[in-house]
Amino acid sequence: MSKTHHKSLGLTNDDVIEMYKTMLLARKVDERMWLLNRAGKIPFVISCQGQEAAQVGAAFALDRKHDYVAPYYRDLGVVLAFGMTATDLMLAAFAKAEDPNSGGRQMPSHFGQKKNRILTGSSPVATQVPHAVGVALAAKMESKDFVSFVTLGEGSSNQGDFHEGLNFAGVHKLPVITMVENNGYAISVPLEKQLACKSVADRGIGYGMPGISVDGHDPLAVYEVVKEARERAISGEGPTLIEALTTRFTAHSSDDDDRQYRDLTELEKAKQRDPIITFANYLKNEEVLTEEELNKIESEINDEVNKATDYAENAPFADPDHALKYVYEE
Amino acid sequence: MTVMTYIQAVTTALKEEMIRDENVFILGEDVGKKGGVFKATEGLYEQFGEYRVLDTPLSESAIAGVGIGAAMYGKRPVAEMQFADFIMPAVNQIISEAARIRYRSNNDWSCPITIRAPYGGGIHGGLYHSQSVEAIFANQPGLKIVMPSTPYDVKGLLKAAIRDNDPVLFFEHKRAYRLLKEEVPKEDYVLPIGKADIKREGSDVTVITYGLCVHFALQAAEKLQAEGIDTHILDLRTVYPLDKEAIIEAAKKTGKVLLVTEDNLEGSIISEVSAIIAENCLFDLDAPIKRLAGPDVPAMPYAQPMEQFFVIDEDKIEAAIRDLAEF
Repeated sequence: MSKTHHKSLGLTNDDVIEMYKTMLLARKVDERMWLLNRAGKIPFVISCQGQEAAQVGAAFALDRKHDYVAPYYRDLGVVLAFGMTATDLMLAAFAKAEDPNSGGRQMPSHFGQKKNRILTGSSPVATQVPHAVGVALAAKMESKDFVSFVTLGEGSSNQGDFHEGLNFAGVHKLPVITMVENNGYAISVPLEKQLACKSVADRGIGYGMPGISVDGHDPLAVYEVVKEARERAISGEGPTLIEALTTRFTAHSSDDDDRQYRDLTELEKAKQRDPIITFANYLKNEEVLTEEELNKIESEINDEVNKATDYAENAPFADPDHALKYVYEE
Repeated sequence: MTVMTYIQAVTTALKEEMIRDENVFILGEDVGKKGGVFKATEGLYEQFGEYRVLDTPLSESAIAGVGIGAAMYGKRPVAEMQFADFIMPAVNQIISEAARIRYRSNNDWSCPITIRAPYGGGIHGGLYHSQSVEAIFANQPGLKIVMPSTPYDVKGLLKAAIRDNDPVLFFEHKRAYRLLKEEVPKEDYVLPIGKADIKREGSDVTVITYGLCVHFALQAAEKLQAEGIDTHILDLRTVYPLDKEAIIEAAKKTGKVLLVTEDNLEGSIISEVSAIIAENCLFDLDAPIKRLAGPDVPAMPYAQPMEQFFVIDEDKIEAAIRDLAEF
């Protein structure tokens, strides 16, 4: 696991425990959603599994009280780190009225929560990139010390909005950090059929910003590069493009079967580097947590997910004619 | 009162709103030092500085998308599309994003952006500098589309658009920019978005239209008055959502309705106006609803004779009103 020790990054034991808990909560919420989907209780799930280290490592490097995030659909780890709860996520999975993302209007994992500065997102990919740049523009106009952080997949980095957004940010040296979670597949299409260049990070040069590749299985490595990117942004040096190399442990979504197009031995190999396991081992080796404490954390998180599931399952739907509300300001 | 052209009313509204609210800022291509290709933002860069009158890269989806992000944060962006024809790369941002932000977040987020764009033909602009694009956006609940016909309306409606808490597309007729002039109050005023306006009272034929066609309809009506044909003219002003009440009332007033747009006919704004009248005014009509529009070809040709063939003008409206009056 990590070559860098968390203390050399300025992280306390409590910080890394919190990171681990957030990663594990993301994983457990996600696993529960698959069970609910396969049991016919929720129509759809799209996963964070395998990418939690990149998401949580990055989120912890941000100012979670002031920065803005424009996450994409796999970012359970980012939104949990920014204040969304397991219950909020389960309410979205069950499409219940209390879902803070959309009140059950959107499919799950279309995140948004104003009180936690999580911009509302849609399904067309990469549209959130210019939005994050717009928030960063506002920060620059108002000389405020916050940044915006936007994520997307490597396939989405082919969209025009990725290019238009990053170029705009580069020209105006805006405090925006773009992290591409490169899991090697855009649904079924592998990296080499998506990108003509070797890595997404190579694209940074075209936008006048550093492009950095980092091991997305290592939360501390991701933390380190996002922290540096944030410092650059705050000191007026402009945007950064980060490519976190990750693995998608599941099919694209609950409606996909990846056995048709993916070499599963390659996936099994990647799972040996499961960030949940490797980070737990790191915490044990560094004597941050004992086996016993790790078990306790897991059991507490299981309880949290159970409670969230029960609450959301029993929560009411919005009234049908609520569909007519909030087209315009009321 | 001061006499002002249509484009001076645009600049005045922008300037006054930027003074009134420091969250208002402009972004677009050539809007800064140059003051816009039509000079709509002339002098604003000097007065308000680079970051309130921001020259962007040539990148329409970013102009809309960055504006949308800033609007979600709490700014009041006024994004300029250099020509309405070039709004196409931004359609995903406008329809999938701006129009749906309030709805999809269950009223948690909002997107108070104004997107201005010069539209319309008769200026030798060919296929890609002449188009009317409003129909593309006019079945997208969440958006508002304003198309003013006079300098007075421009000032009051552009201010209203900037102050509106939802996204507004504000289409300005580029031929009207320097063609139309009138007295405009110096003081601050706003006009209601979503309300049509009676531009001329009459009793024989009702014309319902918007944008520069209102001007041509008024000219035609003056001529026809001498023949004893009294024309009622309703200016839609907001083409989406439509002011149904005003449309129904105007149709019932004379029972003979001419609908005019310079867009091509099929699926245009006036098609929806026609449906509203058909649904609500069956027993009040004394003639079939008549539509006058551009031909159903992709866009306006460049050569003068073909352009003239395409455009709506005073003579075409006059002939159509006379036909209807004689029905």
